[in-house]
Amino acid sequence: MLYRDAASPVHRLPPEAKIVAMVLFTFAVVATPREAFWAFGAYALLVVLVAALARVGPGWLLSRALIELPFVAFAFALPLLAAGERVQWLGMSLAVEGLYGGWNILAKGTLGVLASLLLAATTSTRDLLLGLDRLRCPQILTQIATFMLRYLDVLIGESRRMRVARLSRGDDPRFFWQLRGFAAGIGALFLRAFERGERVYLAMLARGYDGRMPAVWRETGGATAAQWAAAATVPVVAAGVAAAALVLT
Amino acid sequence: MIAPVETVAALAVRDLHYAYPDGHPALRGVTLTVAPGERVALLGPNGAGKTTLVLHLNGILAAASGDVSVGGLPVRGDRATLAEVRRRVGIVFQDPDDQLFLPTVAEDVAFGPANLGLRGAQLRERVAQALAAVGMSAHADRSPHHLSFGQRRRVAVATVLAMRPQVLVLDEPSSNLDPAARRELAEILRALPVTLLLVTHDLPYALELCERAVILDEGRLVADAGTRELLADAEVLARHRLELPYGFAPGLATG
Repeated sequence: MLYRDAASPVHRLPPEAKIVAMVLFTFAVVATPREAFWAFGAYALLVVLVAALARVGPGWLLSRALIELPFVAFAFALPLLAAGERVQWLGMSLAVEGLYGGWNILAKGTLGVLASLLLAATTSTRDLLLGLDRLRCPQILTQIATFMLRYLDVLIGESRRMRVARLSRGDDPRFFWQLRGFAAGIGALFLRAFERGERVYLAMLARGYDGRMPAVWRETGGATAAQWAAAATVPVVAAGVAAAALVLT
Repeated sequence: MIAPVETVAALAVRDLHYAYPDGHPALRGVTLTVAPGERVALLGPNGAGKTTLVLHLNGILAAASGDVSVGGLPVRGDRATLAEVRRRVGIVFQDPDDQLFLPTVAEDVAFGPANLGLRGAQLRERVAQALAAVGMSAHADRSPHHLSFGQRRRVAVATVLAMRPQVLVLDEPSSNLDPAARRELAEILRALPVTLLLVTHDLPYALELCERAVILDEGRLVADAGTRELLADAEVLARHRLELPYGFAPGLATG
């Protein structure tokens, strides 16, 4: 879905190494004191370097980073709402504390989203699940995600066919008038998904499923020490920046 | 075809009864014996109990009374027996989308043998052989939903073949296939050295693949004969809501 197929050094890294690197990088960013502006510049530079290495364009990254907007909207309100010492800017009276708070949310949120986007752009969904599995993420979670990945398309196909069938029988496709048919469709789709789940389970039983997925994929491959080291460069640099920022402020 | 006395039947069903949870009887005393290597068509109208019978053959449904045995092994509820029964009897379900649930073809084909405990090179060899048997080797790493329906059906057959079953049960294998895909599948099935139970109401397909046919209607086996002979009996077919396609004469078909 977000995956951008390419052959870059970042794409080639094993998924588990990239996942760990992304999480550690985010921790370093979050641990950085908000007053250390230069540190956030350094993080942004790291993101730009990795993006360049992975051949992910700035337009692609920034347009998808907009997803964070609803979550950081509060950051823009903080300078107006917070109490305490105030500064005048463009005729607005802004709270200094609020400005810092807003900046904190916005900078850390954006860096976290960009890092996750880079992970998603360079790792296929399949590999992400494989990576989580190798990191000993509870199997039930990866199983659910695997099923979702496989059956999302089947369900989307089914709902599309149901919609075409509705339209063919003269359903009005304008937004509001479509709601009733749409709602009934959702109900039917739920039932179908439920029945399909039942049949899939039977078919799995027939092939000897005993409640656990065979550990076929976990044992093959896995990151080598060199790959772990390569993936570690980003979080190590970020940790260094965070430590410096903590000491200096 | 009558099995020699000394061979153990590949499938033996004796006086099998089953009722749905709501009490409606689905099977009312089914008795069926299939010899090793035999190819038998299980015919019957919709709702005759065909799929219910199939689910008894590998112990997914448990018989209310009567018994089922596979290669001499009685199907019972304990784990070890069920695992062995499911290794011996492979079921290919009607909708390949029910059967293929993993992100790539190769993983799906590996699912069954991995459940049997195979690992590493052995497992890879099983997968490669099963995909080769259905002519899908080139698509091992693709996602099932990118394949055509006919290709998905073939992969579904491979997922079961990879378990090396002694008995292969196919539920409506020719449904929704275009004529070429239908013929290709028939060629694949005919080449397999296994006992075959073909559940269908596609009568020409039964004639093409199976020398023997049985009719299941309202939970009972009502006919058991050579396929050509059975399809020539218009009266029996009509009594059980089975009809030959327009213009099809079983006596003239070459097979």
